[in-house]
Amino acid sequence: MSDPRLTFARTVTELVDDDLSVALVYAEISGQYFGEVERRHPDRVINVGIREQLLLNVGAGLALSGMRPVVHTFASFLVERAFEQVKLGFGHQDVGGVLVGSGGSFDASASGRTHQAPGDVALLDTLDGWTVHVPGHAEEVAGALRAAVAGDGRDYVRVVSQQNAGPRPVTPGRFQVVRRGAGATVLAVGPVLDPVLAAVEGRDVTVLYAGSVRPFDAVTLRAVLGDPAEVVLVEPYLAGTSSRWVSRALVDVPHRLLALGVTTAELRRYGTPAEHQAAHGLDAAGLRRSVDGFLAAGHRVA
Amino acid sequence: MNTTAQPMVSRLAPLAPRPTHGYDDLGRLMSLMTGDEKHDAAATSTLDVVWVLYDRVLAVTPQTVDDPGRDRFYLSKGHGPMAYYATLAAKGFLPEEWLAGWASYDSPLGYHPDRVLVPGVEISSGSLGHGLPLAVGTALDLRAQGIDARVVVLVGDAELDEGSNAEAVELAGALGLDALTVVVVDNASTSYHRPGVIAGRFAHEGWDTAVVDGRDHEALERALTRTRTGRPDVVVAEVEEKS
Repeated sequence: MSDPRLTFARTVTELVDDDLSVALVYAEISGQYFGEVERRHPDRVINVGIREQLLLNVGAGLALSGMRPVVHTFASFLVERAFEQVKLGFGHQDVGGVLVGSGGSFDASASGRTHQAPGDVALLDTLDGWTVHVPGHAEEVAGALRAAVAGDGRDYVRVVSQQNAGPRPVTPGRFQVVRRGAGATVLAVGPVLDPVLAAVEGRDVTVLYAGSVRPFDAVTLRAVLGDPAEVVLVEPYLAGTSSRWVSRALVDVPHRLLALGVTTAELRRYGTPAEHQAAHGLDAAGLRRSVDGFLAAGHRVA
Repeated sequence: MNTTAQPMVSRLAPLAPRPTHGYDDLGRLMSLMTGDEKHDAAATSTLDVVWVLYDRVLAVTPQTVDDPGRDRFYLSKGHGPMAYYATLAAKGFLPEEWLAGWASYDSPLGYHPDRVLVPGVEISSGSLGHGLPLAVGTALDLRAQGIDARVVVLVGDAELDEGSNAEAVELAGALGLDALTVVVVDNASTSYHRPGVIAGRFAHEGWDTAVVDGRDHEALERALTRTRTGRPDVVVAEVEEKS
């Protein structure tokens, strides 16, 4: 199976090769992938060194004069360390750009908190107008990056090592109906789809897949709602990140919501990504416990 | 935005000869904003630099604010923008009528400039430490596109306290970004002021440097119209100490 981060590197290389208006700006991280494309296009493949504030503003400065910048480092340094640069360099200047953050919530499980960014999407949610791609497979990484670069808006592509067994068709702003049931609606974002499907096996629920989660597809969510309206969010980053979007979508519908994801409490453990996934209850067994408990609670209320 | 970029080598014509006002009008124009003749030090420290840039240096006019080949002026030190607004009004980028209502709800002119609202304003600024890193990005783009224009960015001496500037100074020096000029308006306003060190910090990173009287128009013009050397350059414009 191909690797999502390597797929990002290959795809951005092709984009830089093919389009004179595309620039890649990075800050040492992933430099092992960019040597050849940097030699071919030294003017448009720019390593700024270990300078993340500069990284974001250089990307925005390129955009100010018409380039389409792809700006990359680990998500923790990209969105968290340089958050004001994200806010002012892109949104406030009213220019577009493609941010690609790798590592996500626990790719760097053994590296600890410094290299993990479960709050990245929640932070971007404090800003307006970002399209957030959460590809669940390497092929979706390629598709998301190509779609983002072809546009002129502000895009964030979240590249993590965990992936589903196969790719799904992704249209930004549209959730895909993976299976229909009469009961609750479970929204699986990106790479948690496979554990979600395993967790709800034998349960009469609808499963939606979000390969891109902003804009939030309220229309599809409302169209598949059961009665009573019950929604389970399963996100591979901070739990509850999309809760307010569900609230907004269902403002006129009595409903119950369970929001699953990475907890805010620091785990302070190393180990493997799979161990972190389980610790946050995002493996199939943990998800099954949570979903079953939520559904049973609803029956008691009813 | 995603159209294939074409190399550009065209150079804009010199400033069109239609300044609606001269330097002597700036005080009156600033008074439209402040309401009196005593202006905030943050605004007047930049007055002569901004005027000389628009009057004698930059290849940009109200007619060419969207031309890819124009020179760019990035006001990084976005607070106290009265001199900037007055100069833009004097040169016809924005109507003089806008000045009186500044910072009101319906005015496009705020205490910090917004590029989306004000014609001729290249960056939205106010938070310190952003303009120079943005200018590095634009200078890289001009180089990549083969556009023979320059980016002049104005920072304050205290603004150099922001670490993001250090990142930008190092990279611009290392890459020899000679489309980039930084003007440091030095009114000794940093809390930990050490006289005479600013130019040396840039020189250490491979920049050309000049230190001039920030009120002397001829000296400013000479320093700001240098020939390209393969290195970025800094002009430290010394003005009276912030009181």
